[in-house]
Amino acid sequence: MTAAARQISTHHLLGIKDLSEADIELVFETADNFKDVLNRPIKKVPSLRDITIANVFFENSTRTRLSFELAEKRLSADTINFAASSSSVSKGETLIDTVNNILAMKVDMIVMRHPYPGAGVFLSRHVNAQIVNAGDGAHEHPTQALLDAFSIRERYGDVAGKKVAIIGDILHSRVALSNILCLRKLGAEVMVCGPTTLVPKYITSLGVKVEHNLIKALNWCDVANMLRIQLERQDIAYFPSLREYSMLYGLNKRLLDSLNKEITIMHPGPINRGVEITSDVADSHHSIILDQVENGVAIRMAVLYLLAGKRG
Amino acid sequence: MKQSILLAGQKFQITIQRLCHQLIENHADFADSVIIGIQPRGIYLGRRIVEELKVIQDGAAISYGELDITFFRDDFRRKDSGPLVPSSTHIDFIVEGKKVILLDDVLWTGRTIRAAMDALQAFGRPAKIELLVLVDRRFSRQLPIEPDYIGIQVDSIDSQKVIVGWNEVDGHDSITLLTE
Repeated sequence: MTAAARQISTHHLLGIKDLSEADIELVFETADNFKDVLNRPIKKVPSLRDITIANVFFENSTRTRLSFELAEKRLSADTINFAASSSSVSKGETLIDTVNNILAMKVDMIVMRHPYPGAGVFLSRHVNAQIVNAGDGAHEHPTQALLDAFSIRERYGDVAGKKVAIIGDILHSRVALSNILCLRKLGAEVMVCGPTTLVPKYITSLGVKVEHNLIKALNWCDVANMLRIQLERQDIAYFPSLREYSMLYGLNKRLLDSLNKEITIMHPGPINRGVEITSDVADSHHSIILDQVENGVAIRMAVLYLLAGKRG
Repeated sequence: MKQSILLAGQKFQITIQRLCHQLIENHADFADSVIIGIQPRGIYLGRRIVEELKVIQDGAAISYGELDITFFRDDFRRKDSGPLVPSSTHIDFIVEGKKVILLDDVLWTGRTIRAAMDALQAFGRPAKIELLVLVDRRFSRQLPIEPDYIGIQVDSIDSQKVIVGWNEVDGHDSITLLTE
């Protein structure tokens, strides 16, 4: 009558760093079932009907915020949304004060995006709520990494042994770091590729290969995850011009056709069409960009459901 | 720990056959009826019943599905063991306007069945829902739910456990009462 009870090992989701391989596998298994729910005529389950979740976004977001909000609603949680640009943060309120005021309204979980690395960890130590990191500066973006790995698993059946190249602005990308940690834990081979100025010096200590030649990286990989150039985080010029970057590191149809194998193209969004990826590639059958977005809702439902289960 | 076997061997098989004949009495050729086993343990009963019905009815087609109710439980955060990991749901038909027969191995508090009726709504509005259980633990209900078809009835107290074993997973067909 009772099924085997397994739990996620963490109280918060602050980064992939804190998750074990078993945790990631548990999230995937749960997400498989939520994906099934999302394909039914009635896409809603009552699991989290007594939970209130605040989506606190100190940085812009389209996909992640909508995806979290939809995941929360599909689980029947109550949600409130907070965008820093239209709040009292501009009047000088501190992060802890802001969040404690939200919690005073009886909120159980906080989904937070913040421009500073470690903001989620900091908050988890100072407030009494479960924190889900929806991106903290150039540090981690755990749910994106989970949905990326989940999409690879869906395409190939397994992540272990697959060769994944992460191409672009590695230095400023939280998606890159979380992806590297997640894919390595699941046994994939990972290569990062980009201009020398945009690849951190000690990245090999994470167990990844480094390549500066795009064609070599594409010939090596099964999956290419193309990242956006994060101009908003670049305080100095890391390369001469976007046009030059695009010529050396942009993925186009001609390049894709010149490979002697089929590779899968991923992109965490937002896409800068014509810079890191051309439209004909982004919209081709090689691309699973929209599958990633679809899987994002199921993955976030799984994460929220499993974390809610950790509450007493 | 004291174990007493309540049903096993040929008597077990006869009980399954009796349940099948009771179903046929009410549903004839199952044209408007569907059978749904509740995950995780009700599916073995479901598969056995469908198999047996096909033998009795000479291979007639029967719609059979398996329903997971994990996300619909009302106690998922109240157990010390944490959230229950879901099993999969396989229902490749719409239950709209059909007579649904829900199957589970043991009926105890009735909460699983309540959750199953909620979960079923995602697949349409059934004309009728019936309940078939192999074991009815009498006098232990927490909700007003009663089965339409019963394998055996058992009087037990809360600290006792009723375990149904299935040949295909446990190596033997049996119903066992465990006393701490």
